[in-house]
Amino acid sequence: MAEGMGVGAAVRRREDERLLKGRGRFTGDIALVGMKDIALVRSPLAHARIRAIRVPPEHQGAVFTWADLAKGGVKPIRAVSGLPGFKISDQPPLADGKVRFVGEPVAACVGRTRAEAEDIAALVEIDFEELPVNADTLESARAPKSKIHDHWSDNLFLEADTVVGDIETIAASAPIKVSRQIRMARQCMVPLEGKGVVAVWERQAEQLTVHTSTQMPHIVRQGLAECLGVDQGLIRVIAPDVGGGFGWKGLLQAEEVIAAWLARALDHPVRWTEDRREHLVAAANAREHRYDITAYADATGRLLGLDARVLVDAGAYSAYPFSACLEVGQVGSILPGPYDFAHYRCHAVSVCTNKPPIVPYRGVARTGVCFAIEQIMDAIAGAVGREPHEVRLLNLVPPEKMPFVNVTKKHFDSGDYPESMRRAVAAIDLAGIRKRQKKGEADGRRIGLGLAIYCEQAGHGTAVYHGWGIPMVPGHELAQARITPDGGIEIRVGLQSHGQSMETTLAQVAHQVLGVDISKIKVVHGDTGLTPFSTGTWGSRAAVMGGGAVAAACKVLVERATKIGAHLLQAKPGDAKFENGFVRAGLGHVPLAEIARVWYRAPQLLPSDVDPGGLDVTAGYKPKSDQGTFSYASHAVVVAVDTETGAVEILDYVVVEDAGVMLNPMVVEGQVLGGIAQGIGTALYEEVPFDAEGQPLASTFADYLVPGFPEIPPIRIVHMTTPSPLTEFGQKGIGEGGAIAPPAAICNAINDALKPLGATLTDTPMSPKRVFAAIAAAVPPVGGPTNGRRVTPLGVHSHDDSLAAGNKP
Amino acid sequence: MKPVDFDYERPATLDAALKLLGREDLNAKPLAGSQSLGPMLNLRLVQPELLVDITAIPELASIREEKGFLVLGACVTHAALEDGGTPDPTRGVLARVAAGIAYRAVRNRGTVGGSLAHADPAADWVSVLAALGADVVVARTGGRRTVPAKDFIRGTFETALGPGELVVEIRIPALSANARWGYAKICRKAGEFSHATGVVLIDPARKFARAVIGAVSGPPIVVDDAKIAERDPGEAWVSALFAGTPLGDDAYQIRIHHVALKRAIAEARAP
Repeated sequence: MAEGMGVGAAVRRREDERLLKGRGRFTGDIALVGMKDIALVRSPLAHARIRAIRVPPEHQGAVFTWADLAKGGVKPIRAVSGLPGFKISDQPPLADGKVRFVGEPVAACVGRTRAEAEDIAALVEIDFEELPVNADTLESARAPKSKIHDHWSDNLFLEADTVVGDIETIAASAPIKVSRQIRMARQCMVPLEGKGVVAVWERQAEQLTVHTSTQMPHIVRQGLAECLGVDQGLIRVIAPDVGGGFGWKGLLQAEEVIAAWLARALDHPVRWTEDRREHLVAAANAREHRYDITAYADATGRLLGLDARVLVDAGAYSAYPFSACLEVGQVGSILPGPYDFAHYRCHAVSVCTNKPPIVPYRGVARTGVCFAIEQIMDAIAGAVGREPHEVRLLNLVPPEKMPFVNVTKKHFDSGDYPESMRRAVAAIDLAGIRKRQKKGEADGRRIGLGLAIYCEQAGHGTAVYHGWGIPMVPGHELAQARITPDGGIEIRVGLQSHGQSMETTLAQVAHQVLGVDISKIKVVHGDTGLTPFSTGTWGSRAAVMGGGAVAAACKVLVERATKIGAHLLQAKPGDAKFENGFVRAGLGHVPLAEIARVWYRAPQLLPSDVDPGGLDVTAGYKPKSDQGTFSYASHAVVVAVDTETGAVEILDYVVVEDAGVMLNPMVVEGQVLGGIAQGIGTALYEEVPFDAEGQPLASTFADYLVPGFPEIPPIRIVHMTTPSPLTEFGQKGIGEGGAIAPPAAICNAINDALKPLGATLTDTPMSPKRVFAAIAAAVPPVGGPTNGRRVTPLGVHSHDDSLAAGNKP
Repeated sequence: MKPVDFDYERPATLDAALKLLGREDLNAKPLAGSQSLGPMLNLRLVQPELLVDITAIPELASIREEKGFLVLGACVTHAALEDGGTPDPTRGVLARVAAGIAYRAVRNRGTVGGSLAHADPAADWVSVLAALGADVVVARTGGRRTVPAKDFIRGTFETALGPGELVVEIRIPALSANARWGYAKICRKAGEFSHATGVVLIDPARKFARAVIGAVSGPPIVVDDAKIAERDPGEAWVSALFAGTPLGDDAYQIRIHHVALKRAIAEARAP
């Protein structure tokens, strides 16, 4: 670990001074004179036409519907994709004649307080004509009960095929064939802070200022301008402190459009604050993948080919800007994981249903993909009678092949995947666990060991995104760096830091280049009025792109300061060098603060050919290739399964991860730990179930379980450091990684524990009831133990609806 | 998620509170720790016109011993019992159960009487007080009556309380010196409401042996049986108990309730 405060130092988070004392400023803390609150009337039905909306006469003028917005020139949110066959869905911020999921906003009510606005909302009557509901993914894909978007031919956003090599020939000849049907449940993201937006029309500036809890202020500005039909210059988007995003705040939201329009139309500030029920019912849905996956291998377990049919339940609309294509596109391109094989086929379908739109959640499709491929790797190991890690070691891309272009043309930049697996197996003590399993547990539980490995493409840019044809393609990342008149540094980025610690890590980057004490480096972010354009903080891109851009801008400052410093030292520019905050030439040196003083306050001393841009620069950055960095990690977990109740306890958890060069190891560890906590939620607790009528059945935290502190075990992190050859410092993006592997590793551990009973879990969350049902439905292997009398399985996911029968209706 | 407009009173005497709660011209609800009522207000599942905060009434916060009984005021908090320092003739039952309710923040405010009156079948006190053979004293203007705890809950969120009645005291009989007990609940995560509860109490000196199966679809199932602690009655026995109830066809529910009972028995038998 590096000493000091530059790249590699575990500098303490500067943002914690305010955040840990409860002195942050979130949208909920913003109070403006004359501000009113918005409550939304949301659809109680999953699919219905709106015949009429009745507003009590005394509340006319306080209730707004799509008719009002449309009259005001508001356009629906439209997130297209250029992928062939993608069907476009318009999402009006308030329902336009039809509702397509429970919780969809229908009317906006404005009151002096939120309670008063809710009082008004309770009096708005909507006359619905109910339509048949498509709540089930398979059914909506194959035998829809109705069309969700009337002008479509079916309920499919997109079908995407990826075919490489010749899977049919492999299928005919491979000695080993294993198949799994796997399901990852629909989830909700539940950041500590929900969404919130405060909008105000500021006459003096002729500007619509929208304070919103977002990860991407510049993209929200772009989307708002498109929907409101106004120039982007009219809008300033400010993200104040944001209490976690995880993807839920990486999009343009209907409520942002509504609030922005109302602020201008009503000429007073308005606020909408998402409450937890709105969040759980109507928003922030994610995941929901179904896999029908078959792997072919030789008798040693060498993977020969992979064949998959995948359904992603995208919900009712295509979210802006990522669209309803991102998740299936990712599935098709990253399902092969970190493995080296040649034959691959994937048919991935993005299905429209009467549920909230899914939006990319930390890990995006990687979590589902890892869940699928890592179960299949264990299945291969089982089929060839080898330890799961041995089969992985046979198939992982070896370090000598790096950089490596895989079967779907992903460019793995660097790393030693097998070594990470070996270290994880050693750290979890596989041999010791196997011995312990033979002996049995005193309390009667069964223990199991599970492994998972993934690689995470991060910080990928134009090369990857232009192909999607979505409303946003990241290009060069910009940063501004400025030396203040007293020699301090201001860094401005269009990213937004909501847990990524950028106020600390980007200051470390600036310190690395400029040598200025970190206490004199200020990082400004998340405000379109103060920062250069950025697509924002998503895709684990901030360390790579923001770090690179800040370094690029600071390097320009170094050049300019060196030239001025050389002049002050009466040296030729070529004879001076910049070092640790000083320009040195011969025996003389001049500090950056003096150079700043001269530029701002004594310009008569400047060289005649000084760069007129001064000590204030904007620079852009792209890595050497913007195919993305590939961080990776092996997760190893030991669980104890209570076979009576189905309860699962995590006994040990090891992560061996490689983030390349860490800007700040403490921050990397924090990201890994937080991600794993969410991954444990995916694995064991979290699910938004819907009934056949599309009613969400988990609308409070009593029903939607998230792991709390007691549910997160101690986690051991082992670092490997393989620099990325592509990036400024060798850093890689790792923000999502922690959330990718836990469902796979925990599932494999449970299945390892239950192997003697012949029970297999394939679906999340692996709740006690699902574990119980799997045991009850198990057919014990011949000669294996039995588990008492057979009982009828309940609540077990039915697998008779194989996707292999075809996804088309 | 904001409550409807309501009025709020915080009377200092029981008589004043009962008078407010007895008003027939408006919908009044008592407010104690607000740990269940608060969320229900915010979700607008209850829309009272008046909340009568009963936490300023000294006698409702008192704990006293009285002729073989421990008498808890309705507003005694779970935290007060968890922390001890008060008489406990239940040989540790109260402190142990209190310490396992939800989270400390909830226990700081949540009350025994409030939990009973809320009548969630999964609540700890609903099963435990039935097992202990406690009585619930309810009052209204001009009268008091006593209802055995096991009969107080009539169904999910339904109690024996009549109009204008308020839970004022819980009377818990002292256990004998050689009494033994066991308590187990099955939760998916710390602090969650129970999915299955088992309580076993054996008091040979009082010729009293009882098992309670709680967190069911209605009132807890109370079984008085001297042999209850001698052996595990088996899953089939629980299945038979559940026959005809909403849980009767649910193998998982039968399983976890049996496990909870079995664990409670094992604890009661442990030396």
